Amino acid sequence: MKDLSLHILDIVQNSIRAKASLIEIEVDEVPGKDQFTISITDNGNGMSAEELKRAVDPFYTSRTTRKVGLGLSLFKQNAEQAGGSFHIESTPGIGTKVTAVFGFSHFDRPIMGDLVGCLLILICSPDNVNYIFRHKTTSGEYVLDTREMKETLGEVPIDHPDVRAFLKEMIAENLEQIHISE
Amino acid sequence: MNKIKSLADLRKLQGEVQSKIKLREKGDDPEKLVQVKVSMATCGIASGAKETMTFLIEELEHQGIDAIVTQTGCMGYCYAEPTIELTMPGQSPVVYGYVNKIKAKEIVDKHIKLNQMVDGIIPTNYSSVDN
Repeated sequence: MKDLSLHILDIVQNSIRAKASLIEIEVDEVPGKDQFTISITDNGNGMSAEELKRAVDPFYTSRTTRKVGLGLSLFKQNAEQAGGSFHIESTPGIGTKVTAVFGFSHFDRPIMGDLVGCLLILICSPDNVNYIFRHKTTSGEYVLDTREMKETLGEVPIDHPDVRAFLKEMIAENLEQIHISE
Repeated sequence: MNKIKSLADLRKLQGEVQSKIKLREKGDDPEKLVQVKVSMATCGIASGAKETMTFLIEELEHQGIDAIVTQTGCMGYCYAEPTIELTMPGQSPVVYGYVNKIKAKEIVDKHIKLNQMVDGIIPTNYSSVDN
C-alpha cells in the first residue's frame, strides 16, 4: 500500500465482508506523544479465537478465490516498521477492532494520501453500511456520521453525483479546518 | 473566506436533487443499467483500483451515462489487477484486467458507448462474484 488512506480502504473491506452495518474509522494524531493512531471498529461477524490468531498470518484468508490474505499483515508490518504497534481484537457476533499506531514523525510512516477519495468510495456506495469517521488533531476534531446524512437526504440516494460532489467538498473543507497532517 | 459546508447545506441540496430525481423517469431498474463492479480487495487496492473506480464514476457521470459503479471482492485474478466486471444490459458479464485510467477510458468509449469489446478481457466462465 502506498499510503495510509489505502490501508483504511482495505481494512474496511474486511468489515464489509463480515456483514457489518456500522463501521467506525478513527484517526488520532498526537504529535506530542509521537503517535498517529488509526483504528477501525465494526459490528460484523467477528472472529473466533482460532481465526483471530491466524488473522495477521499472510498465508491465511477466509476467501476461496486465492490463498493469501495480505491486508492485515501489510498494515501490521507498516505500523511496526514506523516505530508503532498493531492490535486486533474480535468477538464472534459482536465485531472486530483493528488498531494500528504509527510513530508520528517516524521516517517510515507512510503519508496519509487521498483520504477524501477513499472516504467517498466508502460512503457513496449503495450498500446498506453506515460509517462514523472521526479525525482528531491538535487543532480540533471532525466527526462525520452517514446515518445523519442519510436521514437528511431522505429519498435522495447518497451515491447521487450531485451529493457526491457536495460531500467531496464538505469533507475536504472540514479536514482542512483541523489541519490534518500529510 | 467561504463558510464551511455542513449538514444544513446538505439539506438545501437535498431539496434541489429531489426535484431533479422526480423529473427523471422512475425506471431505475438495475437490470436496464450498465453495471460496473471494481475489484477492491488488497490486491486491487494495491494496484490502483481506487483511482480506476474514481475515474469510472466521474467519467460516466461526465458523459451522462446511467451506470451503477460498485465495489466487489477479489475474483482471483490478482496478477491482472485492477480488474473490473462490466455487465451491459441484457448481456453476460465481462471481466477486464489491467484496467488503469487509460484502459478505463477506452472501455467507456468503446464497450459501454458503442458496445464493441476491447482488448484485455479475461476469459472466464462463472456466475457473478458477490464478495
